[in-house]
Amino acid sequence: MSVVLMQHALLLAMVLFALGTIGVLMRRNLIVMLMSIEIMLNAAGLAFIAAGSRWGQADGQVMFILILALAAAEVAVGLALILRLYQRLGTLDADAANQMRG
Amino acid sequence: MAFYIAAAVAVLATALVIINLNVVHALLCLVTSFLAVAIVFYVLGAPFAAALEVIVYAGAIMVLFVFVLIMLNTGGAAIQQERHWLTRWIWVGPIGFSAILLGEFVYLLWRVPVTAASGALVQPRQVGALLFGPYLLGVELASMLLLAGLVGAYHLGRTDRKGANEHGGKKQ
Amino acid sequence: MLSPLAFIPAFPLLGFAILFVTAGLLPKRCITTIGVGSVGIAAILALIVMVAFLGAPKPYTEVVWTWIAVSGLTPHVGFYLDALSGLMMLVVAFVSFLIHLYSAEFMSTDEGYSRYFAYMNLFVASMLVLVLADNLLFLYLGWEGVGLCSYLLIGFWYRDPANGLAARKAFVVTRVGDTAMAIGLFVLFTNLGTLDIQPLMQHAVAHWPVGSTLPIVAAALLLGGALGKSAQLPLQTWLPDAMAGPTPVSALIHAATMVTAGVYLIARMHVLYGLAPPVQTAVAVIGALTLLLAGFSALNQTDLKRILAYSTISQIGYMFLALGVGAWSAAIFHFMTHAFFKALLFLSAGVVVQRLGEEHDIFKMGGLRGRLPLAFWTFLIGSISLAALPLIDAGFYSKDLILWEAWSDGTLGPWLWAAGLIGALLTAIYIFRAVFVVFFGPLKLEPTGLTGLRIAIPLVVLSILALVAGFVEIPPYLGNVPAFSQFMQSSLPAPPAPVSAGSILELMLSASAAVVAVLGVGIAYIAFRRRPAFLEALVRSPACLALQHFWETGWGLDWLYDRAVVRPFLWVARIDQGDVIDRFYSGLASLSQAAYRQLSESETGRVRRYATGITAGSIVLIAILVFA
Repeated sequence: MSVVLMQHALLLAMVLFALGTIGVLMRRNLIVMLMSIEIMLNAAGLAFIAAGSRWGQADGQVMFILILALAAAEVAVGLALILRLYQRLGTLDADAANQMRG
Repeated sequence: MAFYIAAAVAVLATALVIINLNVVHALLCLVTSFLAVAIVFYVLGAPFAAALEVIVYAGAIMVLFVFVLIMLNTGGAAIQQERHWLTRWIWVGPIGFSAILLGEFVYLLWRVPVTAASGALVQPRQVGALLFGPYLLGVELASMLLLAGLVGAYHLGRTDRKGANEHGGKKQ
Repeated sequence: MLSPLAFIPAFPLLGFAILFVTAGLLPKRCITTIGVGSVGIAAILALIVMVAFLGAPKPYTEVVWTWIAVSGLTPHVGFYLDALSGLMMLVVAFVSFLIHLYSAEFMSTDEGYSRYFAYMNLFVASMLVLVLADNLLFLYLGWEGVGLCSYLLIGFWYRDPANGLAARKAFVVTRVGDTAMAIGLFVLFTNLGTLDIQPLMQHAVAHWPVGSTLPIVAAALLLGGALGKSAQLPLQTWLPDAMAGPTPVSALIHAATMVTAGVYLIARMHVLYGLAPPVQTAVAVIGALTLLLAGFSALNQTDLKRILAYSTISQIGYMFLALGVGAWSAAIFHFMTHAFFKALLFLSAGVVVQRLGEEHDIFKMGGLRGRLPLAFWTFLIGSISLAALPLIDAGFYSKDLILWEAWSDGTLGPWLWAAGLIGALLTAIYIFRAVFVVFFGPLKLEPTGLTGLRIAIPLVVLSILALVAGFVEIPPYLGNVPAFSQFMQSSLPAPPAPVSAGSILELMLSASAAVVAVLGVGIAYIAFRRRPAFLEALVRSPACLALQHFWETGWGLDWLYDRAVVRPFLWVARIDQGDVIDRFYSGLASLSQAAYRQLSESETGRVRRYATGITAGSIVLIAILVFA
């Protein structure tokens, strides 16, 4: 394995995270928003792996596994909610669910 | 070298995800992105994580997305809608925010003296040892979380008459 | 025999308290007994006290208790009896009693019978307190009390909003005067350290040189109060409108007693006015102007009571004229005779009005001489006294005295005398105009009902007094009975030009006054009985009509006050409707409301907005962590 600068790995993670943020803020489609959140979670996991690789320990991977579990559970519940919302609103528009406005 | 190629692919694929008008296409691009990230993991000396990324993230979670998309049965009208929603000026705010965020992180990074990451391979055995050792509690909590997710998703996903009536009843 | 002094105002006050508490629940005979009886007892006590005083004419003070005890200010509830207050007390009590007796029958069918007597009793109590008070604060209490009762009684028939308006007008205009008087009291107290009248007078003489600013200021302010209460220029606009009240009220309050409170105040504070000669001159000038103004206005009124109201203003102008030239006892003498004949005029006018079914317009009346003989003779006697026809009536002696004293006063003397003479002519004309129009000529309106004993007795008594009351002060060339002025000498200084014996000038002045009065009767006779054609034509000419209208509305002063004072005030009130000061506080409230509305705009319910918020917040947090 060639030596990779930790900075670069972390930079990649950050770029992916920024892209995920853009996706969440920009898109109106609920599924795309959820996908963007997955991107952000993935980026966070990448950061952990990079940090673990720096020290050569397995802790980074352990954190990644936990994040993975978290992402799985969240996706399951999130998609179920999206299905429910679609039944209610008839659309996947995130702005349509604004009955809690003040 | 492989790292940089894989990184470039990941970034490109992710960019395509957020720009794409067709949700299915975006989904496929996301899968590509995850696969690229898995390669990055492998390069960084975490083969176990790479495998998990492919199996769980790209394999399970994305497949869930696909199933939901199938159920939602969105067609050409959806693409038109997306085009309508995605106007030119929508980008400005989010890109601005993210740029600031990125700038802060870059600044943080560059303050720290450059350290080389050791590309030492971390065996799955070590990961397992940690999981059953210091991180046992975390694992148990994660399993409880998964259980909660399971139950929640099952309940939310129920579409029998009883659930519908409850909703109808509450609508008053 | 000295202790009854404090009981004199106490009995009417007790009567008021009983009637107030029982609020109309008592049977009518009870109410009458309490209402008339309390004032009757006061009158009897006043008589007893005065008889005792005549026997031992030494002024004395009777302090009942200390009202306020603050360091430096300790006014008492105290009564002071000397010739001035004694005479006024006697006249007030006696005339009030007669009028109460009259009211017992006059108001017998009114549904506010108990309320009426309650207010009247309170009034008599306040008026007696006013004249008997030994310190200015207690006097001011009585002053305000009569003002309150005036308001209550003018607006007695409160269901008609016009009456309420008249009452309000009276109260507001006199309030202007009352405020001036209060400020005057402040000036007096802060500079002389006390409000007890006798010590105050001594301090003033000791500390203030004649003609310095402080006595002028204090005297002018007190004069302001007197002008308001006595309806003189410029605060006289309320009195004609005050005729909206019942006739006995007009007789008692707005003819015989309350409106003379100003005269009493100035007479009581004569020392102060002696220290402020410019103000005293102003009193005389105001008196002269007012008597002319009111005389012209009375000439053009068609409402019987308004004629008498303007007549009151005019006659009080005479009293002010007398006070202004230093003829203190002459003013009080005229007050006494005026109380008798003016009350008589009002009471008999009341009989006429009531018997004609509340008709006030004199041109709708006529020929009542045969139908209402009692009213006719009493009104005639009152008119003779008012016009000061020579020798036979009381008015002649008092007015004559005033005119002589006016002539003798310094440089303004002849002018003041001329004003008084013209005023006498006008008086004779307007009152006999009323006599001839109402009681002579063809019968226009048939009177109904009967006049009972309780109305007749006061009318007869007052008629007798209106004729003979003048004989206590007869000038030397007619009989020389200076009893009144000698009696008053103990409390009021002698006039600057005492009536001397056998001066040709005096005789001529007296004769001219007599001639003028008779001339006035003659003019009225010709104008309103014979009605020659040329006079009718003259009167109907446009210039004359305009002049008539101008005089009828009180020389346009009501209009002036409305434009100059009332409307600007209402305008200011209207533009400040939102209350500028309040705006600050309500502005704070609306500011927070606006902020709330703005903030609630941010609750769009849209997830992306919230995500944006989270992102922004985390950026800021990280920035703080990174850069700080």
